[in-house]
Amino acid sequence: MTDVALKSTPLEDRHVALSARMVPFAGYNMPVQYEGVMAEHKWTRAEAGLFDVSHMGQARLSGTDAVNTLEALTPTDFAALKPGKQKYSLLLNEAGGILDDWMVSRPQTEGFFLVVNAACKDQDFAIIADNLKGDTTFDILADRALLALQGPRAREVMAQVCPAACDMYFMDCGTFEILGETAFVSRSGYTGEDGFEISFPAARAAELWDLLLTFPQVKPIGLGARDSLRLEAGMPLYGHEMDETYGVVESGLSFGMSKSRLERGDIRGIERIRAERDNPQRTRVALRVLEGPPARDGAKILNTEGEAIGIVTSGVPSPTLGYSIAMGYVPATQSAPGTQLKLEVRGKPYACEVVTIPFVPNSYYRKPKA
Amino acid sequence: MKFTKEHEWVKDQGDGTAFVGITAYAADALGDVVFVEVPEAGKTLTKGDAFAVVESVKAASDVYAPVDGEVIEGNGELGNAPETVNAVPEAGGWFAKIKLTNPSQLDALMDREAYEAYLATL
Repeated sequence: MTDVALKSTPLEDRHVALSARMVPFAGYNMPVQYEGVMAEHKWTRAEAGLFDVSHMGQARLSGTDAVNTLEALTPTDFAALKPGKQKYSLLLNEAGGILDDWMVSRPQTEGFFLVVNAACKDQDFAIIADNLKGDTTFDILADRALLALQGPRAREVMAQVCPAACDMYFMDCGTFEILGETAFVSRSGYTGEDGFEISFPAARAAELWDLLLTFPQVKPIGLGARDSLRLEAGMPLYGHEMDETYGVVESGLSFGMSKSRLERGDIRGIERIRAERDNPQRTRVALRVLEGPPARDGAKILNTEGEAIGIVTSGVPSPTLGYSIAMGYVPATQSAPGTQLKLEVRGKPYACEVVTIPFVPNSYYRKPKA
Repeated sequence: MKFTKEHEWVKDQGDGTAFVGITAYAADALGDVVFVEVPEAGKTLTKGDAFAVVESVKAASDVYAPVDGEVIEGNGELGNAPETVNAVPEAGGWFAKIKLTNPSQLDALMDREAYEAYLATL
């Protein structure tokens, strides 16, 4: 057997010092848990959790044609993205299949800051490099760590570490100074809670990690709870709820697509997008498990007659709700909330029900409506 | 009590029956147990075959039969209180009471001292 050398984030020694259980994830040696998934999950929902997500890809696109470069690859109107704002977007293949999902920030008028999935970053960056328009310059920010601080008390902590960042609302972004270094900060995350994502120079990331952990509200949180938190929030995970075989509309990710782009029709795979909109076949649903064991990725979804009609893409016993939840794909005709279905686990059918997304209401810090 | 390298235990009752479960080490490694599927009475167990399932937030894990046997009773209490597996894995968190059909297999399992020596190598 050949051991593939795992990559390290700048915080690996911190995780080991905290006795985290380390596992290979997307080619990196990553902490799956510290004190335990359940405790870490509940801590994040009640206090503030600190996540090392430095395995994710970070890049910057600059130049007057950066908008054109991004729009050629995604269904999002980046010309309309105001400075200081962030947008969820999707990297599409020529046929409209989803290659990755991205968070794209525009801290200032000039330049876009991208965060992409770890498992997809080599592919994504190669595609971007091969499709640069006009004067676009593209820089991979391999020398930056990414920390996420998430939870109802994240704001209290940021008020001490970077007070100016607390003026931001959900999906705002900006450039700030922390520990004398330039930090790109957004008010967003992957838990459904209020929180911040902080891009910071790798060389000093451990100092920021240590500083944040000095606050009694903050505990380190591993990838295990990151997954259960995002699932409760109904957020998709690449390789589960989406991949190249899924399109933008059926996967319930139309919020990453701009109306203006749909009207212009200049989106990769526009035919597929229109077909999914006008004649929906399958669609992503949220399922509440009503009896039996948790249903996980790959479990069959059955109708009440016991016929296989779909597949589970993620599932977990929800620490917040006390019952199991899942996401998966079913025919659009059977996707209405309240629809009774079954899940097959180890050969036996168990009752479930289609429910609305998210499972756990989010608590973002939104700008009050004027 | 005897132990396997897969972290199951068998407690011989001396009357041809035994209790089986998972060790404290296994329960701790799994984390918070949220669901347990135990076998029904009458099920035939073959040493090494999966006979129960234990689920944490993160994953589902098979539990393997430490010896051959026939299930007399699965621990129904674990359906309502799966956390018992974490609280008392080597007592009230038992998975099944079985009739030993090949008792000599017990001789090949580790005693507590040998099991703890084995854990130290992990």
